Amino acid sequence: MAEHTVAITRVERLPQGGMITLRADLEAQEAVDLLGMVGLAMPEMRRIADTEAGQVAWMSPDELLILCPPERAAALAAQMAEACAGEHMLVAEVSDARARFAIAGPTSRQTLAKLCPVDLAPGRFEPGEIRRTRLAQVACALWMTGPEAFELICFRSVADYAETALNTAATQFDAGMSL
Amino acid sequence: MAHRLDTGGRLIDRAAPMDFSFNGKGFRGFAGDTLASALLASDQMLMGRSFKYHRPRGVVARGHEEPNALMNIGAGPFFEPNQRATVTPLTEGLEAESQNHWPSLETDAGAVNGLLSRFLPAGFYYKTFIHPRPAWKHLFEPFIRQSAGLGRAPKEPDGDRYEHFYRFCDVLIAGGGIAGLQAALKAGESGARVLLLEQAPVWGGRAAIDGDDVDGQPAADWIAGAVARLEAMPNVALHTGVMVSGVYDHGYVLAAQPVPGHRPGSSTSRERLWRIRTDWVEVAAGAIERPLSFAGNDIPGVMLAGAVRDYLADFAVVAGARTVVVTNNDDAYRTALALHAAGQAVPAIIDARAETDSPLIAAVREAGLRIAFGTGIAQVVGGKRVTGVRLCPQSGDGTMTEEIRCDAVAMSGGWSPAVHLFSQCGGKLTWDADQAFFRPDPERAPMSVDGTPFVFAVGAANGHLESAAAQADAAGTPIPAATEALIAPVWRMPAQAPVKLREKTWLDFQNDVKVSDVQLAAREGFESVEHAKRYTTLGMATDQGKLSNVNGLAVLGDALGREIPQVGTTTFRPPYVPLNMGSIAGEARGPIFQPLRKTPMDAWHESHGAHWEPVGHWRRPYCFQRSGESMEDAVAREILSVRREVGLLDASTLGKILVKGPDAGRFLDMLYTNMMSTLAPGRCRYGLMCSENGFLMDDGVVARIDDDTWLCHTTTGGADNIHGHMEDWLQTEWWDWKVWTQNLTEQFAQIAVVGPNARTLLERLGGMDLSAEALPFMRWAEGEIAGIPARVFRISFSGELSYEIAVPAGRGLELWERLVAEGADLGVAPYGTEALHVLRAEKGFIMIGDETDGTVIPQDLGLDWAISKKKTDYLGKAAQARAHMTDPERWKLVGLETLDGTVLPDGAYAVTEGNNELGQRNMIGRVTSSYRSPTLERGIAMGLVQRGPERMGEVLDFPLIGGGVTKARIASPVFYDPEGERLHG
Repeated sequence: MAEHTVAITRVERLPQGGMITLRADLEAQEAVDLLGMVGLAMPEMRRIADTEAGQVAWMSPDELLILCPPERAAALAAQMAEACAGEHMLVAEVSDARARFAIAGPTSRQTLAKLCPVDLAPGRFEPGEIRRTRLAQVACALWMTGPEAFELICFRSVADYAETALNTAATQFDAGMSL
Repeated sequence: MAHRLDTGGRLIDRAAPMDFSFNGKGFRGFAGDTLASALLASDQMLMGRSFKYHRPRGVVARGHEEPNALMNIGAGPFFEPNQRATVTPLTEGLEAESQNHWPSLETDAGAVNGLLSRFLPAGFYYKTFIHPRPAWKHLFEPFIRQSAGLGRAPKEPDGDRYEHFYRFCDVLIAGGGIAGLQAALKAGESGARVLLLEQAPVWGGRAAIDGDDVDGQPAADWIAGAVARLEAMPNVALHTGVMVSGVYDHGYVLAAQPVPGHRPGSSTSRERLWRIRTDWVEVAAGAIERPLSFAGNDIPGVMLAGAVRDYLADFAVVAGARTVVVTNNDDAYRTALALHAAGQAVPAIIDARAETDSPLIAAVREAGLRIAFGTGIAQVVGGKRVTGVRLCPQSGDGTMTEEIRCDAVAMSGGWSPAVHLFSQCGGKLTWDADQAFFRPDPERAPMSVDGTPFVFAVGAANGHLESAAAQADAAGTPIPAATEALIAPVWRMPAQAPVKLREKTWLDFQNDVKVSDVQLAAREGFESVEHAKRYTTLGMATDQGKLSNVNGLAVLGDALGREIPQVGTTTFRPPYVPLNMGSIAGEARGPIFQPLRKTPMDAWHESHGAHWEPVGHWRRPYCFQRSGESMEDAVAREILSVRREVGLLDASTLGKILVKGPDAGRFLDMLYTNMMSTLAPGRCRYGLMCSENGFLMDDGVVARIDDDTWLCHTTTGGADNIHGHMEDWLQTEWWDWKVWTQNLTEQFAQIAVVGPNARTLLERLGGMDLSAEALPFMRWAEGEIAGIPARVFRISFSGELSYEIAVPAGRGLELWERLVAEGADLGVAPYGTEALHVLRAEKGFIMIGDETDGTVIPQDLGLDWAISKKKTDYLGKAAQARAHMTDPERWKLVGLETLDGTVLPDGAYAVTEGNNELGQRNMIGRVTSSYRSPTLERGIAMGLVQRGPERMGEVLDFPLIGGGVTKARIASPVFYDPEGERLHG
């Protein structure tokens, strides 16, 4: 075994995206209604719900992250805040709080498996799912954007750290690393 | 002499010779060799010097259990000590050297220790070198450090890099011998996700070498068939060259893999640490052979019988031309047969057992080899290598009956199941008296979260040593009857060996522990096996007693008059063999050793002379040095800029936590000592947060955003902890309160614009009315500054007119650069954390971590004004009412002015007359913050002093390290603008 097959995963830092945090009881109808009012859908646990208006990622039993074009974020956040006035929910725009990365290539799963304690084997993690986990020593969340492509977000202040860690992990693979 | 045969060697490629060096001398081996096999092939018997007595030592074993052949490998940044030559693959140009030799391997001055060995018994340094005291430090310890020990510590940073690899499976199988392969087949066929890891480069373990039959087929054929079937299963992953080194709670398993194809200095990772989560672990780690305890059993040329067979089969290398086999069990007969078949002389098989019979014994008889039953070795003859053995009756006292000339001895004291992985997270063992070994007790296996066992041993690791039995055990089919004759437990050879022989009978080769040492420990009262281990060092260091453990227990038990199971074993702890420190660190080195948090303006600071200071994981500018300036100059300039003109501080690192909900006010009233629910929207209030025990843990300004929303600012280091603290209380105690919290620290860049010109500068950028009327002190407003959406907080940590502007992080740099450009003629200057500290100290503002240390309550700091008297409760209130907290003798915050204007050392203590019960000078206070104030042009300090505020004007003595005393007068801690006129401007 151990045939040496070097491949390079592409790691790209993406421009700032639109992001809105919603804290709410996700099992309550009010939360479903709020999303519906702005054209969004409620995701299942650890999944992303995709609509034309944007993506809604499940972050915890009482937290969602809405992903939308950056130019829409402020208006959408304001619209949501207004719509849930009087309800016990929290809406905050967090577009600037995070950095985004695209990780792509046939070895993208292995690249992330060097840094993230997540089962990334094919069939165990597929498009439509999201995991909040850690990238080496910092918090991150990741999801797949295609069969061999991931998007990963982390806090803005550690973007350089995350980029270096990803690039370090993206350089070397061998047959022993099949997942 | 040791040599390589002309044919054979299943692992070597004779067409690929490799040159390497050992102690500077050139050698040649073949691809597929280990360092040990290549040295042995060149008759390099001597591979190291022992730990204590510097005795010459050669290789004993074949694998990771090797105690003697430890090498320094590589040079410079690729140097690594304590590498087992038996598992170090030979590579072209490999540089190896033996350890603990001085001055050379061949002529070792330390060997004199051996002559003094009766003065260096177990625990010798506890006894001998205690008096006179100074002699330990100056005479004995340097000598012992020089003469004892194993490898040297590397001097340079490791030149290689390492990585981690997270894997998940249902069933992890450790070991790819017959049992491991069979277990993988069974688990694979059940549909489970299987990961099978084998430490060696080849599959099959011992069975292929021993030529056994498995399931009616020759072992080699069965192995090839099993591997082919496993490779065809999509749910099974199998890897050689990966060693499972640790099994931990909750199915966490570590395994180490040298990355294939790596060479020192190449860009690839050197080693990969697999971090595995599994539901189920099957330990198929085989068994480890035990030495026999006879005099001279450590002389180079005495090897384990299984290892002798392995070197012959794997590398076509023999340790000698004439090999005497000595045993207490059948397995060593295989070695005699293998050597005989390879044309090597086997003058005798010395079997300590009474005459017995079995197919193996019959085969040896048939081969015409001599067997001496009931016989033992009285003593091995030789110094740096074996030249012969003296025989004696096993039952006697070592009186020699015969001497046989030979150049190698193959010994077998039986086999011990490799139970380490089963035991590491709590699996218990059973003593099997018939087979004379500890084996895993399935009734007391390590438990999973649900209380069911999750670690299982199979095959030889489970006590089924014969291949057919091992396969059946792993397959779950009936165990076939044993074909080998029973072992005889032999813990001393001969049974009545006198002291003069026992003193030359080694139990632990790596640590130079002899039978006599363990007996001495028992006589001196070390009854517990764990104590005896530490006293004698039996089973310590890099091999952790893989060979010596059971023999040592038996000798200890014998000396204590107890059976082995009553003595028990020492604790097996991971890792199975030492892990490289680099592997544990993984990618965490150099620039990514730790996350470095950077603010949105970090690059600007970097290019403008920032001298960095770590604050939590953030880096913040300590000061901005201009050319020709010292750091002190820069700090003083920055402070004066703020006092006279205008300064800019990057305050983005401050925590910003949004708290919202109908119960948010009630919640904040509990978290803070003062009242937050009554704060009006648009206003700010300084708040203190205490732990349940009353101690001050964080402070910051709270702004009320709207009816049910507050924004809490925390200290830089406190943001994540305080957010966690909030969630902790909300989720566990006040789970029915309707409150959401959101940490928005990273969403905003925050810039403090501070100084008399602050308003002028901000007005130039335009967008908001920041006049004293529109935005008084402790108010906030929302709007746009320079076209950027902003929240402006009129708050001050410097005593000057001050605004903190929060903007989306992505636009922080833009605002910063506008402020710098527009403020040029107003004297604008960025300032760092040191100026921040001095500015606040001049005003007597406390700093969490300076004035607080986890033992300080707000009342100590004169912050009673920030503690609500109206509230029935807040976190810490009850604790603050305890007698010790209300004691008038508590040390309280005061200012300190040195009489001569100098700067008090930070942390200096104030003393008074007399000594305490420990004979120490009585202390009545200490300095918590101390700086030179460029504003006041003298030293200023804050400190906690017993009854401090009642003693205004008193002069205290602060003794200095190195002699002398500084005198300082107790004063108000507010040194500058006590009326507070400037910040209201």
